[in-house]
Amino acid sequence: MREEILTFLEKNSRIDLGELAVILGTDEATVVGEIAAMEQEKIICGYHTLIDWDKASTERITALIEVRVTPQRGQGFDSIAERIYNYPEVRSVYLISGGYDLLVILEGKTLQEVSRFVSDKLSTLESVLSTATHFILKKYKDHGTIFAKKQKDERMLMTP
Amino acid sequence: MREAIARKVRELPPSGIRKFFDIASEREGVLSLGVGEPDFDTPWHIRDEGIYTLEKGRTFYTSNAGLKELRAEICRYVGRKYHAEYQLDEVLVTVGGSEAIDLAMRVLLEPGDEVLIPQPSFVSYEPCAVLAGGVSRIIELKEENQFRLTKEELLAHVTDQSKLLVLPFPNNPTGAVMTKEDLEEIAQVIQEKDLYVLSDEIYAELTYEGTHVSIASLPGMKERTILLNGFSKAFAMTGWRLGYACGPKEIIEQMTKVHQFAIMCAPTNSQYAAVEALRNGDDDVEEMRAAYNGRRRYLMHRFGEMGLPCFEPYGAFYAFPSVKKFGMTSEEFALQLLEKENVAVVPGSAFGRCGEGYLRISYAYSLEDLKEALARLEHFVQTFGKGVKTCRI
Repeated sequence: MREEILTFLEKNSRIDLGELAVILGTDEATVVGEIAAMEQEKIICGYHTLIDWDKASTERITALIEVRVTPQRGQGFDSIAERIYNYPEVRSVYLISGGYDLLVILEGKTLQEVSRFVSDKLSTLESVLSTATHFILKKYKDHGTIFAKKQKDERMLMTP
Repeated sequence: MREAIARKVRELPPSGIRKFFDIASEREGVLSLGVGEPDFDTPWHIRDEGIYTLEKGRTFYTSNAGLKELRAEICRYVGRKYHAEYQLDEVLVTVGGSEAIDLAMRVLLEPGDEVLIPQPSFVSYEPCAVLAGGVSRIIELKEENQFRLTKEELLAHVTDQSKLLVLPFPNNPTGAVMTKEDLEEIAQVIQEKDLYVLSDEIYAELTYEGTHVSIASLPGMKERTILLNGFSKAFAMTGWRLGYACGPKEIIEQMTKVHQFAIMCAPTNSQYAAVEALRNGDDDVEEMRAAYNGRRRYLMHRFGEMGLPCFEPYGAFYAFPSVKKFGMTSEEFALQLLEKENVAVVPGSAFGRCGEGYLRISYAYSLEDLKEALARLEHFVQTFGKGVKTCRI
């Protein structure tokens, strides 16, 4: 039941819970209860909105930054990750296998703002060995949602 | 000039859906609940395989019966899913399930042989039987039996001329399914009366309570059953036009012969894509089934709210609510609904006379679309419901 609820909420956190209960073949109280429990257990960590900022004509720059670091004795990557994720402009931090260690996703208003963050704050951290910054030029698909126009139903109106 | 068209064809009534389709197509902004195909796109990995096949230049005919790899996958699939064991030479790949219906009728029927056709059901059985020289004998299924075929009904209709029984479950348009027990009951009659069975299991994957049971898996039934299935509904591949028939070698051999002369082979590109579907498509099927099932529950809940009586369908993606209480024929109801609310549904009468008084409502639509269309239906039902009461007073 939990997995089914999560699958629906992940796609649409604003779904009417009464309707969700009908769809899942259970009652609303159960759904509400499970959701509350999952919020408590931090399985559900928040409800966000997927926005196509380009259309909102708000200036936003997103950058992916590959960061190579020296892990610290006894702490591994956790403490350096924490140093980085505490900056409010940092949206996401992932530990990555392969050619570098941390993937940092950063959002700023301008190119300069992002560059300044990288040169002033990120690169100057002692355990950071190197960074490589990639600016996102266009978002086609995010969180499983394609940002293009909704396709029309091309099926014939009626078929046997 | 003499008459161009053969009598058999001339006298064949056109599909009941056609007329309605023409009216609905003339209108703007119609919300349809009348579609008999999945709303999902074919899963990407299957489409990708189709594209890859074209890139590789696999654009030639395949063997008449279909690609060997595909037939091998079909044997494995039917075995693991429905416990019916077939060999390569007991499988024929066809252009959609529809071709298999036509072939089976042409191969099995002598002029005058009777075909027992339970209705409401898919629109092709009766015309195919007639075109093949057979005589259709309709068994009118009843809502009180959840539109299943009972042993008594079968016994009441079978005659010495009866040769073939069409078994269309999970059913389009009612959504009815037959359980193993139901099938065992009629299997006994089928064997006693020495009938063949054309078991149209195209909706087998879309079964929501328990799992689908194929009549071919029952003892003594495989040798008298042509099992028909395909990729359209389970894998959302309607436009690829690909189905298959499994059956006794002697029958499949003759069906292949007719298929060879009429069609050559099913589209090569589709066949390669279908191999991918059977090998790696289980998760897609499961995901789509879960989505349909959620919509089905939602639909039934909404029918309850708007006071539209409907028996609970456990298969396919249709519900078959009754509109008898509104004092209109199902065609009148559907026409009014189209005119007043711009919602298109298929009148039950399009699927046989006994479908009169019902509507076929498809839930192969996104929840958002369903919601909007059902809100309109509700508005219509409530307006008319009141009208009906006033008239009676």
